Amino acid sequence: MLDMAAKPKSVASAGNERDGILPVETRNLVFEAGGKRLIDDVSLTIGAGPITVVMGPNGAGKSLLLRLLHGLIVPTSGEVLWQGKPVSIEIRKRQAMVFQQPVLLRRSVAANIEFVLKSRDGEIAPRRDELLAMGALGHLANSPARKLSGGEQQRLALIRALALDPDVLFLDEPTASLDPASVSAIESLVKEAESRGTKIVFVTHAFGQAKRLADEVIFIDQGRIIEQALAEQFFDNPQSSEAQDYLAGRIVM
Amino acid sequence: MHEFAQAFRLALELVFNANPDLMEIVGLSLRVSLTAVAVSCLIGFPLGAAAGAWRFPGRGAIAVLMNALMSLPPVVVGLLVYLTFSRAGPFGWLELLYTPTAMIIAQIVLVTPIVAALSRQIIEDLHSEYAEQFRSLCVGPGRAIGALLWDGRFSLLTVALAGFGRAIAEVGAVIIVGGNIDHLTRVMTTAIALETSRGDLALALALGIVLIAIALSVNGAVMALRGTAARFAYA
Repeated sequence: MLDMAAKPKSVASAGNERDGILPVETRNLVFEAGGKRLIDDVSLTIGAGPITVVMGPNGAGKSLLLRLLHGLIVPTSGEVLWQGKPVSIEIRKRQAMVFQQPVLLRRSVAANIEFVLKSRDGEIAPRRDELLAMGALGHLANSPARKLSGGEQQRLALIRALALDPDVLFLDEPTASLDPASVSAIESLVKEAESRGTKIVFVTHAFGQAKRLADEVIFIDQGRIIEQALAEQFFDNPQSSEAQDYLAGRIVM
Repeated sequence: MHEFAQAFRLALELVFNANPDLMEIVGLSLRVSLTAVAVSCLIGFPLGAAAGAWRFPGRGAIAVLMNALMSLPPVVVGLLVYLTFSRAGPFGWLELLYTPTAMIIAQIVLVTPIVAALSRQIIEDLHSEYAEQFRSLCVGPGRAIGALLWDGRFSLLTVALAGFGRAIAEVGAVIIVGGNIDHLTRVMTTAIALETSRGDLALALALGIVLIAIALSVNGAVMALRGTAARFAYA
């Protein structure tokens, strides 16, 4: 697993950012459920630019943090601010999310994309075909979406999210149950989106994947932010003992 | 035994010769029940979808009420509709009693709760799967209902067929509000009840054969639909 070198570090590839909704900032974010504090006083800032990877062990609160940022769940206390403002429907419409288990409509592949395109301005057919080609799904356009393989389903979920041309794309362990070829296809789609100026926030606990993708790492454990650092620095020289242990464990595996 | 065999032979003759009286009765039955089911679906699908997908106060109570109304006894529905449209009733001036329209209304009252309750369950299951994705995509409540109804269409069609099965087979409601008047409000079930009591077993049996054939085709259609839906992974 160590053969994959960390991405060469550069501060945000210049010129690919747009006048978006970032940075997003959380202030003393707390989320409790069933009497347990699952997100514990999280204050962080995620800026435009490079890919942010959220890492941490199972149950650390990675998915919850993503859902709180995306506005799918409401924090018990604390707040999420986009450029200093609370979230609004306009801001939410400029984000998209890909889930670990793709949720596809019981329709054809093409209809899944059209469903999303219809909620936005612009011509549908050319954009749909462009997206299908991007996801290498053109030949499956008329197949029922839920008959696709796991990798194809996740590719469809990803290009459907990209159909929104979001400023921010959240991905919650999208490749957790995929084979290496499918993982690689998802990763290159994600990088393509990044190069077009979409901010990527990617949750993973796969060490190799984090190294391949990350420009910035947020390490989370037991609902708390342990470390937020540039990828190179995090992988070569983690500051916290938790991250050191975690990385050591990963490398041994 | 001989008498029974003869009646059965006569019944088959009536069916295969497309006896005009028989056809008239079958035709009216289908017209009444199909119309009732169509209207019930127009009311019941959106109602069930809203109760299944939207969160609002009293949602649980509505679900319980829908389920309770599913088992309304047809004779009681017939009685209530009769009272509503009788001379002294609130809608007596419409003079609908003993017309096919009154029979359709009675069957709508009977079938709508079934359609609503069954579709509520289907839409609720589908919604629990789609909800987070829809929230992520900022899909509004109206559009969500439309999408859920469309994506649940195969299951909902089986709901409609279940409603039709109930409507075409019931006798209690239509006999009270329709009165089983020859050439006017006589449908298969009421005719079977009457002809059996009068001893005309041939016509009763012929109607019974048609009714069973319809019931079997409805069941066959449901199973074929399920198979198709599963094959395309739409269910």
